[in-house]
Amino acid sequence: MLLIHCPYCEEKRPELEFRHAGEAHVARPADIANISDAEFAHYFFYRDNPKGVAYERWRHIHGCGRFFNAARDTISDKFLTTYKAGEPKPELVEAANENKAEAQKGNSAK
Amino acid sequence: MADMQFSRELPLAGMMHGGPGVSISAAPEANRINLRAGDDALAGLSKGLGITLPKKPKTSASNGSRHALWIGPDEWLVIDEEGDPAADCAKVKAAHSAVDVSHRNTAILVSGPFAADVINAGCPQDLSLEIFPVGACSRTVFGKIEVVLYRTAEDAFRVECWRSFSDYAFEFLKDAARGA
Repeated sequence: MLLIHCPYCEEKRPELEFRHAGEAHVARPADIANISDAEFAHYFFYRDNPKGVAYERWRHIHGCGRFFNAARDTISDKFLTTYKAGEPKPELVEAANENKAEAQKGNSAK
Repeated sequence: MADMQFSRELPLAGMMHGGPGVSISAAPEANRINLRAGDDALAGLSKGLGITLPKKPKTSASNGSRHALWIGPDEWLVIDEEGDPAADCAKVKAAHSAVDVSHRNTAILVSGPFAADVINAGCPQDLSLEIFPVGACSRTVFGKIEVVLYRTAEDAFRVECWRSFSDYAFEFLKDAARGA
């Protein structure tokens, strides 16, 4: 079982208490009534699907009930960090590079 | 017209299960509120309830029969087997939300040297004394339901669950206790 650090409960809790809630940092356009259909589609439907670091919203639904953000590596499924909603995206360049190197190693081994 | 009298019966009224290492029983009736409030209302609410609302995650505060359990950053569960916390909150002027959930919830008391092991049969949290000391409380999962867990003593827990799930919770605990 994965242990996920909840920034509000300030400790690691079992994944059963959490629920995934989509991509993080998707900003709602300020003038949503005036944007084109294509722009709206990009805001509403289009999501990143990175190999490597993904920024996601999670909710501690069976715990404190709070939404928070997490950076998760989609290759290893490891949580790199979690942070409170509203806080800026953390810089995770080093972690991302490390994982890329590992992934490349894995690819060349094949 | 005939004089009729009604009395409310708890969903698990009188249910008990004992074994060598653990005993499980329905908790007596209690008044409960689900309290939501911002930081600016805490002082007034703490004064009105006669209990300092805890601000640290997973902690609780007690004063006599009244217990305030931290559930989230702006959420508490207040349990009182004698007084009525909802009436006390009604006197507080600061903005808050106090919902009486006395009859939505019911509680099961689990005690004995194997209490933590029996609860762990359905709950994935670490219930060792270092991580979940006496007085610790948390909303969590138990089997397929959500519960609020409150450690009242080293070997005693209060399991708060919704009344419609109480049969499930009790039977789950009873089943888990067979292995204790």
